[in-house]
Amino acid sequence: MARKKREIAEINAGSMADIAFLLLIFFLVTTTMDIDKGLNRLLPPIEEDKPEIQDQIKEKNIFVVVINANNQLLVENEYMEISELRESAMEFIDNNGDGSCMECGGDQSPTSSDNPKKAIISISSDRGTSYDMYVSVTNELMAAYHELRDDLCMRKWGKDYDTIKEEAKDAEDDSEAKDRYKYVQEVYPLLLSEAEPKSVG
Amino acid sequence: MSHIKKEKARETPAVSTASLPDIVFMLLFFFMVATTMREVELKVTVGKPSATEIQKLERKDLVCYVYVGAPKTDYQAKFGTEPRVQLDDQIAAVSEVGFFVTQVRSDIAEAEQSKMTVSIKADGNVKMGLISDIKQELRQVNALLINYSTQPVVDAEKMFESNM
Repeated sequence: MARKKREIAEINAGSMADIAFLLLIFFLVTTTMDIDKGLNRLLPPIEEDKPEIQDQIKEKNIFVVVINANNQLLVENEYMEISELRESAMEFIDNNGDGSCMECGGDQSPTSSDNPKKAIISISSDRGTSYDMYVSVTNELMAAYHELRDDLCMRKWGKDYDTIKEEAKDAEDDSEAKDRYKYVQEVYPLLLSEAEPKSVG
Repeated sequence: MSHIKKEKARETPAVSTASLPDIVFMLLFFFMVATTMREVELKVTVGKPSATEIQKLERKDLVCYVYVGAPKTDYQAKFGTEPRVQLDDQIAAVSEVGFFVTQVRSDIAEAEQSKMTVSIKADGNVKMGLISDIKQELRQVNALLINYSTQPVVDAEKMFESNM
């Protein structure tokens, strides 16, 4: 009484595509592509009793960048295009007026900054300045620091700053990679200060 | 009989759609990996400015978002056309930013509260007056780590250089 072997019925997979499409469309609708990227900045804390630091900083160690309501740049009391900003900021930071910075290749001009540790860039914007302009100016100034750090890293270790930073991130404490990163930051500390907002029209 | 059978076999067989689910699943997985969940429904238009010195926000759970921009057309009757601040799903006043940020911060583990970043997603056309007000609010509540959300610049010249 051997029966004929029954064939296993094939599962109909036609609806599988529909299900997958449904899921796909759900994801298309509920998700976004944009990745969170941006300029990281640190705001100064509000201090009740303000220390009179302003008096201790020499005038020549401050690089004053002012943006007016018409999105025009005034750098060290001179009108400037944004395309020139990075170059002149780099010149200012790297000036090395007192010769204490071993890594700097600046002009040592007596009217510009003493050394990168003392050089402060101050940005002030008007209430009418557009956010676009403000971001581009901040970006250019950060780029100036980035370029100087890149140069230093290339000269010393033949790698760019981002590589040094990545290496330091994964490395253990008191390793060579961490020290390198620290050294670069010590030579060119990012000193971007923002003036207290003024409500001038 | 055999004659009829032969006739039937000549018909073109149905196209197999068995690989269709696979293809769709592949697309699905791509989208699942490449995108992120939309957190809030944007009521303001945010056309981010672009910049080159951008850093990625590493810890998503430690980020608090503040959206700034002109209300979208649907909401203009209610909120006007001037740039407004959006917190979570609602359009709010600038003075509420501080409270909002402290609330978000209280949900974060205490050890990591100091690492919280406030991401300002503002439209390029917003005036700095509003942004400064927000920054003052943030300083008041001691939320000092901020991130100006921007888009990367597609720099043709740089790309060319790196390919050399």
